[in-house]
Amino acid sequence: MEEFFQHLINGISIGSIYGLVAIGYTMVYGILNLINFAHGDIFMIGAFSGYFIARGLGADQAPSLFLALVVLILSMVVCGALGFTIERFAYRPLRAMPRLNLLITAIGVSLFLENGGQLFFGADPKFFPELIERQIYFQIGDIAISNYQVIVVGLSMTLMFLLQYIVFHTKTGKAMQAVSFSHETASLMGIDTNRIISFTFILGSMLAAAGGILVGLSYPRIDPLMGLLFGLKAFVAAVIGGIGSIPGAIAGAMLMGLSEEMVVGYFSSTYRDALAFFLLILVLLIKPTGIFGKKTAEKV
Amino acid sequence: MSLLSVENLTVAYGAITALRNVSLVVDTKEIVTLIGANGAGKTTLLRTLSGLLQPSIGTIHFNGENLSGKSPHLIVRSGISCAPEGRGIFPNLSVEDNLELGAFIRKDSKGIQKDKDFAFTLFPILKERRRQWAGTLSGGEQQMLTISRALMARPKLLLLDEPSLGLAPQVMKQIFSVIQSINAEGTTILLVEQNANMALHIAHRAYVLETGRIVLTDKAQALLNHPDVKKAYLGT
Repeated sequence: MEEFFQHLINGISIGSIYGLVAIGYTMVYGILNLINFAHGDIFMIGAFSGYFIARGLGADQAPSLFLALVVLILSMVVCGALGFTIERFAYRPLRAMPRLNLLITAIGVSLFLENGGQLFFGADPKFFPELIERQIYFQIGDIAISNYQVIVVGLSMTLMFLLQYIVFHTKTGKAMQAVSFSHETASLMGIDTNRIISFTFILGSMLAAAGGILVGLSYPRIDPLMGLLFGLKAFVAAVIGGIGSIPGAIAGAMLMGLSEEMVVGYFSSTYRDALAFFLLILVLLIKPTGIFGKKTAEKV
Repeated sequence: MSLLSVENLTVAYGAITALRNVSLVVDTKEIVTLIGANGAGKTTLLRTLSGLLQPSIGTIHFNGENLSGKSPHLIVRSGISCAPEGRGIFPNLSVEDNLELGAFIRKDSKGIQKDKDFAFTLFPILKERRRQWAGTLSGGEQQMLTISRALMARPKLLLLDEPSLGLAPQVMKQIFSVIQSINAEGTTILLVEQNANMALHIAHRAYVLETGRIVLTDKAQALLNHPDVKKAYLGT
């Protein structure tokens, strides 16, 4: 039983990081019908900018909550700018083209970031500095909850709630929903669709940056290809939840994190990565639109 | 000077020319209707006026401003608001959210609230359903919402694309009488319609569009009695 709770806690912790990244996939899909393959690599850049900013500020020498927050916010800003740039210069010029062109471009941007990362950061893994002293927060019997897990879950939840608020309760959020329904009709409302699309990329990339830093903190190992598998799994989580739906992405991510930890805990860690794709196949077979997905009639 | 003046407008979709050399004017406080059959180019004209399509030749002047090449969202800010054909509502947002999106360009929350209340007096059913998803409304209610939403931008010129499309006669009558009262409140209206009979009865002036060209224009009353119009559009 205690073992189960330990896995549960680990699962929620990793699930909430998947959630931060999955939201970016789902939002961009909702608004452009594009699977932004570069999103996982933005997450990687988030981890690396955190790494360099932390070293630049000396946060690795003197762990403190304040510096950790500064590192987080600055990395989010860096990735927000990166997301904006990618959309503005790689995707926007192709928006009127067939969707396949955009998809291939996204793969291109992804390869560019991965290989650029290997070139500039070096291909060998780096150890992410301990921004906050790691301690056991509390312990009940054999169940240990570290302050890192509390931070991971707390920060992810806060950011996700903030995002929910922005999307569902602000004017800009409603404009995002309008644009995701129809660019044309939204523009007839006086909504500048380009600005809303930029805003969406910035938001998604900022959340991915937070995810990158949390992974860096939890696992302390980061490398330029870390976005590949993690991004793919977050994408699968978004599909499981129903791509285009933000609550769906969060639910899918939690499901993904929990089942991963359970499989690792009770079977073997060999199956950790296979599980994501097993779940994907299962969902595509049983409910292709995902848990929260709506059926869309394809016009022929 | 006219509020809207369109000169020698030609619009093409690739190799297919949808509008040829169309010129028309709309004066302040008028209801002008553009009638024509399916495929005559009515919607193409409204889409061009809204900035969704770019003309290959010709100019559009509105309120002393050249609109050529302007993006749709800026045209809304210039004062033209469009209720698109086929009820382009946002189905996953509430009726109230739809109305508020109509007022996207405005910042005066008091004025927005006032206009929302005005929309609710025009169409009381919308007030009843204000928290419902717009996608759950009936066809007529969606049409009411589309018109109300376009009004929320406080346009100088309101473009209506086939408001009668697919509606029961009773609902159609209600909507046309509301169009008249909107006009009486001071909003200029360009009404695109297939239902020539209804449109000509509430309009001041009219244009007849046939395969991309304007073939007739006159006072609406005069066109109601015009033999060609009678034969082709009124079926009498």
